Amino acid sequence: MLAFVIRRIMQSAAVMLAVALIAFLMFRFVGDPVNQMVGVDTPQEEVARLRESLGLNDPTIVQFGRFIGNALHFDFGVSYQFRQPVTRLLAERAPATLELAFTAAAFALVVGLIMGVYCALRRDSWLAQLFQAISLIGVSLPTFLIGILLIYLFAVVLGWLPSNGRGQVVKIGDWWTTGFLTTSGLRALVLPAITLGLFQMTLIMRLVRAEMLEVMRTDYIKFAKARGLRTRSIHFGHALKNTLIPVITIAGLQLGSIIAFAIITETVFNWPGMGLLFLKAVQNVDIPIMAAYLMLIGLLFVLINLLVDLTYGLVDPRLRIAMRS
Amino acid sequence: MPTPTPEEVKGLVGGGAGSPVIRKILDSDILYSFRSSKLTMLAATIVFLCFFGALFAPWIAPFDPFDPAKVFLSDASIPPVWQQGGDPRFVIGTDDQGRDMFSAILYGLRVSLAVGGLGVLLAAVIGITLGLVAGYMGGRIDAIIMRIADVQLTFPAILIALLIDGVAQGLFRGLPREQSAIPVLVISIGLSFWVQYARTIRGSTLVEKNKDYVHAARLVGLPAPIIMLRHVLPNVIGPVLVILTINLGLAVITEATLSFLGVGLPPTQPSLGTLISIGNKYLFSGDWWIVAFPGATLAILVLAVNLLGDWLRDALNPRLR
Amino acid sequence: MTEPVISVRDLRVEFVTRKGILKAIDGVSFDIMPGEVLGVVGESGAGKSVTGSAIIGLIEPPGRIAGGEIRLHGQRIDNLDPEAMRRIRGRKIAMIFQDPLTSLNPLYRVGEQLVETILTHTDLSPPAARARAIDLLNEVGIPAPERRIDGYPHEFSGGMRQRVVIALALCAEPDFIVADEPTTALDVSVQAQIIALIRKLCRERGTAVMLVTHDMGVIAETADRVAVMYAGRVAEIGPVRDVVKHPLHPYAKGLMGAIPTLEAEAERLVQIPGSMPRLSNIPQGCAFNPRCDRVFERCRVERPDPDTPRFGLEGEAPLMPGHRVACHLYTRNPVENAS
Repeated sequence: MLAFVIRRIMQSAAVMLAVALIAFLMFRFVGDPVNQMVGVDTPQEEVARLRESLGLNDPTIVQFGRFIGNALHFDFGVSYQFRQPVTRLLAERAPATLELAFTAAAFALVVGLIMGVYCALRRDSWLAQLFQAISLIGVSLPTFLIGILLIYLFAVVLGWLPSNGRGQVVKIGDWWTTGFLTTSGLRALVLPAITLGLFQMTLIMRLVRAEMLEVMRTDYIKFAKARGLRTRSIHFGHALKNTLIPVITIAGLQLGSIIAFAIITETVFNWPGMGLLFLKAVQNVDIPIMAAYLMLIGLLFVLINLLVDLTYGLVDPRLRIAMRS
Repeated sequence: MPTPTPEEVKGLVGGGAGSPVIRKILDSDILYSFRSSKLTMLAATIVFLCFFGALFAPWIAPFDPFDPAKVFLSDASIPPVWQQGGDPRFVIGTDDQGRDMFSAILYGLRVSLAVGGLGVLLAAVIGITLGLVAGYMGGRIDAIIMRIADVQLTFPAILIALLIDGVAQGLFRGLPREQSAIPVLVISIGLSFWVQYARTIRGSTLVEKNKDYVHAARLVGLPAPIIMLRHVLPNVIGPVLVILTINLGLAVITEATLSFLGVGLPPTQPSLGTLISIGNKYLFSGDWWIVAFPGATLAILVLAVNLLGDWLRDALNPRLR
Repeated sequence: MTEPVISVRDLRVEFVTRKGILKAIDGVSFDIMPGEVLGVVGESGAGKSVTGSAIIGLIEPPGRIAGGEIRLHGQRIDNLDPEAMRRIRGRKIAMIFQDPLTSLNPLYRVGEQLVETILTHTDLSPPAARARAIDLLNEVGIPAPERRIDGYPHEFSGGMRQRVVIALALCAEPDFIVADEPTTALDVSVQAQIIALIRKLCRERGTAVMLVTHDMGVIAETADRVAVMYAGRVAEIGPVRDVVKHPLHPYAKGLMGAIPTLEAEAERLVQIPGSMPRLSNIPQGCAFNPRCDRVFERCRVERPDPDTPRFGLEGEAPLMPGHRVACHLYTRNPVENAS
């Protein structure tokens, strides 16, 4: 087990190193960082001194080492646009994105699971067919279009829900702000969370349906039926538990995608999160923010992957054995 | 064993005109399965109309939305003809600049399909090349290519496209957006979608390279690139058709998303995504048609392409994941 | 005379497919007495397993019971509603599946699966159910059951898992067990142990068993009576010694001839030419007629029903009571016989 964990951590570190290399190359070679910091009329000696003090004349490998060293201290330099430390900019916006992403993920998981189980157990009912049709459309509609549609329906025509912003937020601790504690914050969360979660929801629904139909055909389910176990126990005990294992993996991995896809949703709803910050960085070629965001998302993906692999082992007793050896 | 005829030798060495894809299409019940599915026929019709409209936009469109001499601000924001204030010249209304929506959508379709199509083609070329090389050469080259593919696959394509777009903008800083936008988008999409081709091609190449015709070609002393291109490629290219179709839908969405996010095509050269992005600003003033028609066009196009892709996958059944 | 535990009359099972209706079971009848083991043999697709599934009420769409009756202690069970049938499953009728590796849910401990089954069918308290589960494991010959009860299925060997499966089938002391190829997936050395176990439990508890297998050796060792099935029909049924030693139906003869014996080891195994017809394409008359070396006109036209043979052919040994065969060779007019 320990060997397995160590091996997985090593792999994760290797992936992070690769991501860091890309981030560094972007940082170092896409647009000269010095040109971003100085004005047009800055004297040449000043530029050269700045270049030297930033260490840009050192060998590339040394610079890369320094980049990683700084990254380990969460130091990604100063944003070209805002003239502020990138880390602080990201940290200010992280709560908004994380709250949105987790709400969307919870929505996708719960609704997708229920719909998927329903579609598997009542395969031929009209509602299941409807869910299937919706899922096909859900996969085909771009996220931003769904967002616009929801805004038009619920904000413009019906006027039930706000169309942008986070509503009123409450400060918790030093830097975390939450929208969960106010009515306007919760109301503001509804449309963005649905928009962001809809695609993953259809994905989870299809996955659960396919997986559960597969499990229902297995011998142990037939044997459970032959033993006269209650239908509810067979469906929601035996079949669902076995269905959930692959679903955990995919759903876990989707959490990372949700945070990345938040860029689009945040733009549509003008949600003050990291995605919006990143988009502005792309529009203005603000490389430090792009590099930091890339590292952040990379770290997130690697951590989620690691976590999914490890929980996988906890849920499935067969793998626990495999890992021990 | 009798001496093989030249045709047999050609068959043994693979490739040629009798490419497996074409043979498969002619032999299988594809045509039958196509005709038996009304939904697929509808989807194919829609896709065909979209391509046709995009290709011949300058001749079909009643207006040239990019000719400043023919666009008048006095015509701005006219609703569709069936609403009050509609103008029979503009059947589905005009946008904020006074451009005919129908014409703008046709031209937008043209840009969207061009970018999406070129993007997936580039992705296919990159993916097929890397997949062939990885599968045929094996060893360290294979390991490196596939590791890169693995890492890239953990990130959503849209994020990668955004990053590449940002980097490319940094590199093409001098060029005006009108000129750089299309190449940057095509490269972004190409670099975001190559992995699936590479994996599929590598998989089938690994199988093919141990077959007799490859051994034969190697014995004859053909150089590796020739064997890969002329002999292995025609035998592994089948599934690519399906991936191309499925990815076309994704690529069109990606382009639209990037344009919507403001890093794609500029308003002077609008794609469907740009049109939606423009229209989105007028949603609150009640000018719903400016966003609704490009949005519906995009949704229907992607849905149709996806349906076609699903059908093609089931019909060819190359055991895609 | 005692009443049969299970009585099947003219059972018909169909599968509705795009290409038409397949008759998987077509007019099968038999009885099983308390404590009796009925062996059912035949090639794959002969309808052995489908018969078992029909009795336990687990024919899934597109399959359906198209006719006939199944009675448990004289009461019809083929037309019960699903909930009533569920209460019978596991409690009155149990089933043992072919592959012990896949019949146990890998994510649940063996004990959890036993206790759940016991609690479903009895009024025992959870601790009492656990005690009973340990007793059952002990009874089916699992060493150190107090400890093994908390193991996961993958921690058991194939033979041990099949013992667990049997223990699961015995949870509610059923009167009748369908054992669907219970030894096929096991090592030869383990097969005998499992067969002995089934035999022993059957004797001690008076449980009736329908033993589905294509292994004639298993039948000869275990069964009291045997039914030979072919293309969804019973070709021959009777006491096991009688049928094995003196098969009447040409198909049964071929099947018995295919059993390797020690004496005949050196000889080539007998083969029946051809293969069983597809269910979509069962010939008219006797289903076996295209492969039969003694076929005559009537076989191609009229379907034979299982019946007590009127004429022993070639001066066969006297028949035991209850030996019936579905073959025109034994029912036809002696005058035709001469031609």
